[in-house]
Amino acid sequence: MIVQFGILFAFVTLGELVVWLTGWPVPSSIIGMILLTTSLKAGVIKLNRVERLSDFLTHNLGFFFVPAGVGLMNCLGIISEQWLPIIAASVVSTVVIIAVTGWTHRLVRKSLTRKKQQNTHLQKI
Amino acid sequence: MEFFTNKIFLIAATFISFMVAQQLQRRTGVKLLNPILVSMIAMIVLLKSLGIDYDTYKAGGEYIEMWLKPAVVALGVPLYRQLSSIRRQWLLLLLSEIAGCVAGIVSVVLVAKALGASHEIIMSLAPKAVTTPIAMEISSAVGGIPALTAAVVVCTGIFGGMAGFKIVKLTHVSSPIAQGLSIGTAAHAVGTSVAMERSEHYGAFSSLGLTINGLLTAMLTPFILQLID
Repeated sequence: MIVQFGILFAFVTLGELVVWLTGWPVPSSIIGMILLTTSLKAGVIKLNRVERLSDFLTHNLGFFFVPAGVGLMNCLGIISEQWLPIIAASVVSTVVIIAVTGWTHRLVRKSLTRKKQQNTHLQKI
Repeated sequence: MEFFTNKIFLIAATFISFMVAQQLQRRTGVKLLNPILVSMIAMIVLLKSLGIDYDTYKAGGEYIEMWLKPAVVALGVPLYRQLSSIRRQWLLLLLSEIAGCVAGIVSVVLVAKALGASHEIIMSLAPKAVTTPIAMEISSAVGGIPALTAAVVVCTGIFGGMAGFKIVKLTHVSSPIAQGLSIGTAAHAVGTSVAMERSEHYGAFSSLGLTINGLLTAMLTPFILQLID
């Protein structure tokens, strides 16, 4: 298990290092995630070396958000002043994102498969 | 009362409130009793009644919050397991993400504006679909209130996690890949944890959604805000 902690934290550090060196305004954890996936793909890291800890963390992801959520108690004043726009905008936009992402996915997939079919059709002719 | 400002007590209380909240949802089967939401409210009530301010709580809460980084890095594992199906359709996934990202930022800004939100609030809401560290950074860059952004991000995640699979059903988004992807795009890591409960396949595409949307939102938000603000 110590190995798993060591490897995972090494990737967290790598992410921080990349952000520190380049000054990119991208969070280090996202960089670390991409580096981990790439290293697994390249075979630099064996899956079973990070699997157990990673599965534990990803399956309990929600818990780590609780402290940030408790931060709500500091914004109660501003939220009670403008609760309607805050709640309405967040809810509407969440529904919009899910719908637009899903619809675009379906639309593009259809047009891509149609193109593919046309291509194979042409090849047959 | 002094004892209750002890970091260890505050951390233990957070664990226990979450544990009880999880049990509560399992026993009752009520989706609305989201463990994050219930535990969050329970902690706020507890802190308020003990007269502990947020900064004192945060000294302990930081030990929990610091696991967010390794947990997001760990999402690289389910992502790796689905890599072959991602590579087969990268263009499709990227286009869906761009559409969802732009629609999300534009819609949250327009609705907030139409309902008379102040400039500061609008700026705080703009990056609300992505995970807290990214959203807080964007929020402070565009002139929002990072603490408010963090709270809205968590609540958006909870809402997206609770309602996500209902919304995809109502909007007739049927493919599992599109469902996972759109929930991760709209509700970041909290939505992903719900998708992960359904199956690893949903979870992987959900974490792909949160990753790409995180990157796109970080890059596009300042430009989109300039265009519509």
